[in-house]
Amino acid sequence: MKPLAKAAAVVLLLAALTGCGSAGTGVPASGKNDDGGTLTVFAAASLRSTFIELAERFEAKHPGVDVRFSFAGSSDLVSQISQGAPADVFAAADTATMTRLQDAQLTESAPVAFATNTLAIAVPPGNPAEVQSYSDLARPGLKLVACAAQVPCGAAAKKIATETGMALAPVSEENSVTDVLGKVISGEADAGLVYATDIRTAGEKVEGIDFPESAGAVNSYPIAAVKGTPNKAAADAFIALATGAQGRQVLADAGFGQP
Amino acid sequence: MSAIRAARNAGYTGIPRWVLAVAVVAAALIVLPLVAIIARVDWPRFLPLVTSPESLDALGLSLRTSTASTFLCLVLGVPLALVLARSQFRGQRLLRALVLLPLVLPPVVGGLALLYTFGRQGLLGSTLSVLGIQIAFSTAAVVIAQTFVALPFLVVSLEGALRTAGSRYEAVAATLGARPWTVLRRVTLPLVLPGLASGAVLSFARSLGEFGATLTFAGSLQGVTRTLPLEIYLQREADPDAAVALSLVLLLVAVTVVAIAYRSPQRGAA
Repeated sequence: MKPLAKAAAVVLLLAALTGCGSAGTGVPASGKNDDGGTLTVFAAASLRSTFIELAERFEAKHPGVDVRFSFAGSSDLVSQISQGAPADVFAAADTATMTRLQDAQLTESAPVAFATNTLAIAVPPGNPAEVQSYSDLARPGLKLVACAAQVPCGAAAKKIATETGMALAPVSEENSVTDVLGKVISGEADAGLVYATDIRTAGEKVEGIDFPESAGAVNSYPIAAVKGTPNKAAADAFIALATGAQGRQVLADAGFGQP
Repeated sequence: MSAIRAARNAGYTGIPRWVLAVAVVAAALIVLPLVAIIARVDWPRFLPLVTSPESLDALGLSLRTSTASTFLCLVLGVPLALVLARSQFRGQRLLRALVLLPLVLPPVVGGLALLYTFGRQGLLGSTLSVLGIQIAFSTAAVVIAQTFVALPFLVVSLEGALRTAGSRYEAVAATLGARPWTVLRRVTLPLVLPGLASGAVLSFARSLGEFGATLTFAGSLQGVTRTLPLEIYLQREADPDAAVALSLVLLLVAVTVVAIAYRSPQRGAA
């Protein structure tokens, strides 16, 4: 009912703007603030499984606080927060994206690095194209899928390509690591460049190959409270959990590196 | 605003005033976001943004693939509409419902369905690879995705036109000795030409806007599979101004297409 009510409020606002509001009733006060017990966390898609686990621990420790998530590409999340999306905490997949939020003066506290991630090669089960190393990815005829340079995982891939001097020619440059993984899982691609943690999450559906060149591009994950959060205490508590010993453990189990 | 003008043109029609008020709100719900995007355009950078190599590649690819898929829609859709409108067979209603499915199906579902049909490990994948045809990540995949989502528009428009036109003239032509192919060419198709034209224009527009199925099925690579909507989706990550500028280009194309599609029936009838 609540989403419908919100949509109705938007329509009524339009009515008011177009000067067609039916006489008398006026626009009802926008939804009452019952968000006191809810902590909204916007986090990079690669954090999904770890943050869900952290939220369970958090809710056990803070009964009465309900943690809600929005997992998406970091850039998307920054855009949404800039447009007024109600986030209390933001965790990004690279520092550049967090800097965008800081530049917009939308962080409440200084961002803290809590994890790192490196790229790895994902191949379909059985590794039909027999990919063994980074240099194999440049093999002619190999269907490689990577992220576009505009998103963090693509920026990392580009950095490795520059440092090794070995340019790759992907058949597709996707918007997110999930899209890359999807193309590998479905067997359309022979190999994909994704985060090491994505390969663990995907389980049996893909095989992972680490490559030493990935050390040249380590993504650091920062977390910060969002400016104007009404739940500053809960937000800080969640950040403390993610950056603390428990958070480190959960993140390390999922394949993340220490900051 | 257009609602007001339409009401005025029609003169008194007995519409209660509150209905008119709601209609204005409805129009505002659609028009206001369009105005908002125009208001966000960074005009000094507009031309450089839409003429960057990436943008031109995306625009060119979109126009080429949409033209190709409209052609495919005509080649495949006209016979399908004829069969649906002019013949009767068991399962006809079911077939019509199935043909309309891409209209209501989320495009990403369409993309997955195409992947499991034409992909490497899809239903036809092994047959295709024996023939040396690889569809995934190619421009052909974009055209297939666009045709999949656009075909119902052509079939619906044409079938409607065929039913409205009726089959009397065709019957007369047949009694005068015309063979079915002649009847089709000389009587049926000229009669439904306006419907066919608006169907083709709508198919082109739908192809131009295709996004979800393309992203899922064809991938995204500059000049090969990254059409204008995919370019907008990507640019939005790094340079929202570029995304807005390109959106305006698509918006202008859409306005043109809708204008053509809604005028052609009257012009054709006159």
